[in-house]
Amino acid sequence: MAPALCAICTESRALIIRPKNHQKLCKACFIAIFEAEIHHTITTTSLFSPGDRIAIGASGGKDSTVLASVLKTLNERYNYGLDLVLLSIDEGIKGYRDDSLETVKRNAVQYDMPLKIVGYDELYGWTMDQVVEAIGKKSNCTYCGVFRRQALDRGAKMLGIKHVVTGHNADDVAETILMNLLRGDLPRLSRSTSIVTGDESSEVRRSKPLKYAYEKEIVLYAHHKKLDYFTTECLYSPEAFRGSARSLIKNLERVRPSAILDVVRSGEDMAKLVPEQVTGISQCKSQKVSLSSADGEEEGGGGCGTNGRDSGGEMADMEKKLKEDEEASSREVDITAAASNPMNGQRHDRIPNKPESGKTRKQASGRKLTRQTLGTCKKCGYMSSQEVCKACVLLEGLNKNRPKMDIEVDAADEESSTLRRKMEGLALAAG
Amino acid sequence: MASEENILILVEFTGGLEMLFSDERKHKLSVPTKDSQGKAVTVGWLVDYLCEEVMKDSRKEMFVLDGHVRPGILVLINDADWELEGEASYALQPKDNILFVSTLHGG
Repeated sequence: MAPALCAICTESRALIIRPKNHQKLCKACFIAIFEAEIHHTITTTSLFSPGDRIAIGASGGKDSTVLASVLKTLNERYNYGLDLVLLSIDEGIKGYRDDSLETVKRNAVQYDMPLKIVGYDELYGWTMDQVVEAIGKKSNCTYCGVFRRQALDRGAKMLGIKHVVTGHNADDVAETILMNLLRGDLPRLSRSTSIVTGDESSEVRRSKPLKYAYEKEIVLYAHHKKLDYFTTECLYSPEAFRGSARSLIKNLERVRPSAILDVVRSGEDMAKLVPEQVTGISQCKSQKVSLSSADGEEEGGGGCGTNGRDSGGEMADMEKKLKEDEEASSREVDITAAASNPMNGQRHDRIPNKPESGKTRKQASGRKLTRQTLGTCKKCGYMSSQEVCKACVLLEGLNKNRPKMDIEVDAADEESSTLRRKMEGLALAAG
Repeated sequence: MASEENILILVEFTGGLEMLFSDERKHKLSVPTKDSQGKAVTVGWLVDYLCEEVMKDSRKEMFVLDGHVRPGILVLINDADWELEGEASYALQPKDNILFVSTLHGG
């Protein structure tokens, strides 16, 4: 078979066939067009302004590594005037995140960008290893996703940065659109299509500059540019529903490669049809800017394994379960009252929280997810579309389920938390 | 060993696939030039060969599904997308570099 020549330069041998239009390209032309398209996405959506400080949610995986590399290239080539910083979340998963963080540290040197790492341990008082030890492998992705989303906001705030970019690609967006469609969740479908969440008034905006980039091309870009990225699946359980959506997308891509971008476009068109009273987004803004979804129901923000990026569907179940737990525990007056103490003792709260009665909290977490408006969490003060953010709801559940002796320990004594958890581990193992 | 009946190729696994192949990224293989029916060996033949002879891991479905390389795994033949080279029907040449990259792992 005579080698095909590049459709653009017509000189070099074609190495890449583009999924979206079957165009055959050589390596140099592919890299150029891939970068030009990201530049196009950035300029047509007015994603950045000169002087912006941007945190790149960096996991060490292919997507965020390509994002960092491309943003650095474009920032220099087109004088965006951006100050780029790598922001990594350490979920506390031994044998997974500690290895990938080494990759991010190398990336920081390779791209000459400052790196900030924030840990679940320091933010919430729990590592994911400990969460899994406490709740098992089922639905731990929900916790991880909710925590990561807020952790990125918090990390950005620590850095004084108001805009976080993540490496979500077209395949991820198509997957999320399909999942929301299959759940009949129009508000989320609407939000998941938007390239930016949050607006000028939000503390931290988020965006996905790779939203229209095929995962296949991201991997090929990383390969041909010889980028240093990390590839190991998260050790914890895959999310079955997302896995199925993912397989469906990949199977569709094989038969009809343009399907992925077609799903993204369909999602965007459907989003426009979702009435404002459902999304809480004003129609005139819905194409570009949507309500911030700080609670983690969207993608987790670059950094989780393939299977764990979304937690939306399980969230409702989780809330129901937590509400039931709460109702059950409210019958045991003493335990409920005592349980609120370790919560306040966690380093979860950087902003001092006001004391709350158990009653208020109960009403808050029992709210229905109908209309969502942006506000701040009553407990931790971070962005939330509900009175109490999902991170706080989940944390409360986690802390409440600690053994009783736990509650008697002085919760303000932070040094004791590690010991407590060891004791808890023993108690669990014994049980 | 290095008779006319064998060709040397380099097979590489990345993107997480290496874990299915003894955590080794690069495998130098000496493969016969002809298959059992006397036809020139192809990438399709190689995929079967890798499954049967090289992969120690039992999770074959993470590499091959329904007789095809699993969707989401890219195959590059000397750096070119195998779709440009006739996919599974490409006949292996001496010193070929066949790269399997999974796109399915975390971002």
